Amino acid sequence: MAKSTPTKAKSTSDESSKGDHSWSIEGPIQILDPAGKVIDKELEPKLPDDELKEIYRWMVTARSFDERALSLQRQGRLGTYAPLSGQEAAQVGSAWALEQQDWMFPSYREHAVQVVRGQRWVDILTYWGGSEEGNRIPKNVNNFTISIPIATQILHAMGAAWAGKLRGEKMAAIAYFGDGGTSEGDFHEGLNFAGVFKVGTVFFCQNNQYAISVPRERQTSSETIAQKAIAYGFDGVQVDGNDFLAVYYITNRALEKARSGGGPTLIEAITYRFSHHTTADDWTRYRSAAEVEEWKQKDPLIRFRKYLENKKLWSDKDEQKLLEEAKAEVAKAVEEYEKLPERDVEEIFKYTFAEMPWNLKEQLEDLRAYLKEKKPEE
Amino acid sequence: MAQMTLVQAINDALKCEMRQDKRVLVMGEDVGVDGGVFRATDGIINEFGPDRAIDTPLAESGIVGAAIGMAVNGLRPVAEIQFDGFMTPAFDQIVSHAARLRWRSRGRFSAPIVVRAPYGGGIRALEHHSESPEAWYVHTPGLKVVTPSGPSDAKGLLIAAIRDPDPVIYLEPKRLYRAFREEVPEGAYEIPLGKANLVREGRDVTAISWGSMSRLLAQTAEEVAEQDGTSIEVIDLRTLVPLDFELISQSVKKTGRVVILQESARTCGFASEIAALITERLLLHLEAPVVRVSGYDIAIPYFRMEEHYLPDSGKVARGIRQAVTY
Repeated sequence: MAKSTPTKAKSTSDESSKGDHSWSIEGPIQILDPAGKVIDKELEPKLPDDELKEIYRWMVTARSFDERALSLQRQGRLGTYAPLSGQEAAQVGSAWALEQQDWMFPSYREHAVQVVRGQRWVDILTYWGGSEEGNRIPKNVNNFTISIPIATQILHAMGAAWAGKLRGEKMAAIAYFGDGGTSEGDFHEGLNFAGVFKVGTVFFCQNNQYAISVPRERQTSSETIAQKAIAYGFDGVQVDGNDFLAVYYITNRALEKARSGGGPTLIEAITYRFSHHTTADDWTRYRSAAEVEEWKQKDPLIRFRKYLENKKLWSDKDEQKLLEEAKAEVAKAVEEYEKLPERDVEEIFKYTFAEMPWNLKEQLEDLRAYLKEKKPEE
Repeated sequence: MAQMTLVQAINDALKCEMRQDKRVLVMGEDVGVDGGVFRATDGIINEFGPDRAIDTPLAESGIVGAAIGMAVNGLRPVAEIQFDGFMTPAFDQIVSHAARLRWRSRGRFSAPIVVRAPYGGGIRALEHHSESPEAWYVHTPGLKVVTPSGPSDAKGLLIAAIRDPDPVIYLEPKRLYRAFREEVPEGAYEIPLGKANLVREGRDVTAISWGSMSRLLAQTAEEVAEQDGTSIEVIDLRTLVPLDFELISQSVKKTGRVVILQESARTCGFASEIAALITERLLLHLEAPVVRVSGYDIAIPYFRMEEHYLPDSGKVARGIRQAVTY
């Protein structure tokens, strides 16, 4: 189920002005400190209480999904899986700022963004369970398919926003990628085009500190990723990626700017992946347990929960209830996933072209004949 | 001699050659501290240091382009591209530069690099992690293309590739990385590029494959030979460029029947080239049309239905019988 339409924290400042101090390339924007205390009241989005609780529900469900998916993979019930734990605030926070007409271009770790935007948890399982059906996106959901080749989707997002601009639509596009992605040529090309043509794209970098085993320092000798935007001629900003409010605030501003013709923004959300790059990886080879533990102290879920508690919106009882509900929601998705029907072999030939050419028709018939020879009783 | 898997033999080849040639280094994503996502470069950083086991930024074009520059200025880089599907960002550097440098500079420059990449399906991987792109590189003049099918071949071929004066695309069948062990000779040795391996002698039909499909072919040939009493000759090409057509020719003159097995999509795959060579040069020796067993002309499916795409022993046996009974 997609999120309900959020109430926007409206910004009144001149969005396109350069030198605005709140586009900060160094020292991440933070609204909540790790204890859940508001440290910048001016920037705090004015979200209704119910919506804050709904946001927390999304983040907790994403974590619950992630833990279950990992365990399914370990049991051989799911394929290779890319865990998102630790990045819930970066994902839900940025997704929350998107409107239905906006376009979203994910990399392979944006499960929470995909679902907040209207795909389903069962779709995510279906994808990582080895079926292209997981890529079937409802017509009214402007989510692009997952791009596995690193940073390639940056150009697609820029192109989609460019089309919106050429067609006079009030929309923005957001591209998700990681710190590693900033090293690819496509990152440069996408940001450069966006700057030249003043295209309303939000380049959302989840800097989770590692590209598989390679640390951020090995990707770029720039002090920040955000500062790269300066060279492309537009705003770059660092944000505490584990602070939902800060991520939501800045993404919202960047999207508003994009929708109103103010051009692109590069957001560097500083975060951390608690687990492996994928289940095929072993983080103990390149990170210390102490480092991981240090980041777990900055857990985005704990921070947001404390914020709710400080606002007297949340109790232990609420927490217990939510954990159970999240588990149940995920369990329902798993149940549905495990009941997915076998598909006909035609499925692997379909969609290669709009219309199947003769050679594919022949190859499909040959495969059918082969399967019949193998199991003549059917 | 030690018993090794294919991936261990590759690791051993790199270490052996790096010990005796200081110009050789490995570079790529996660090849240093992590030892490569398949552990092909495991331990190299410990023995040779971070200047010879270089964790690069995440940029495939950067890796291959830098390797070309290093090679021009006296080094012998072995560049790892993490997966077959990620070779495409480096395609420009491979095709537009590595392949043409000797030709363009009239012999002044060359790019004696090796680009290693795991290739092929069968390991339940994600999209872009199961491709068989060998034909793209075969089609590019100036590149040598090597694909081993077992541990001792892998070691000797990789060392020959590193020592070769031209750029070599070295495709490692990832489904065979840990599939079996065999005796691998100690120290550095070469298996010359351009020499195919006669895996099994036979009279009735010639069965040809390479890399990821060679083991399947050898196993299926044995089963069919036993069941049908057919005498099957099996050739593992080892290198696609240069191609050992002499061995193919000798075999086809003897058998008059040919089946070629490839994992990649069918159209313009390397099997098509072999079939063309055979019909051009050996038509009057043929007693049946050349049979191709291959993947289909579709993207390799996600793993749930991947098995339907991949040639399996049933499809291979069917191909052999088709050639024999024509």
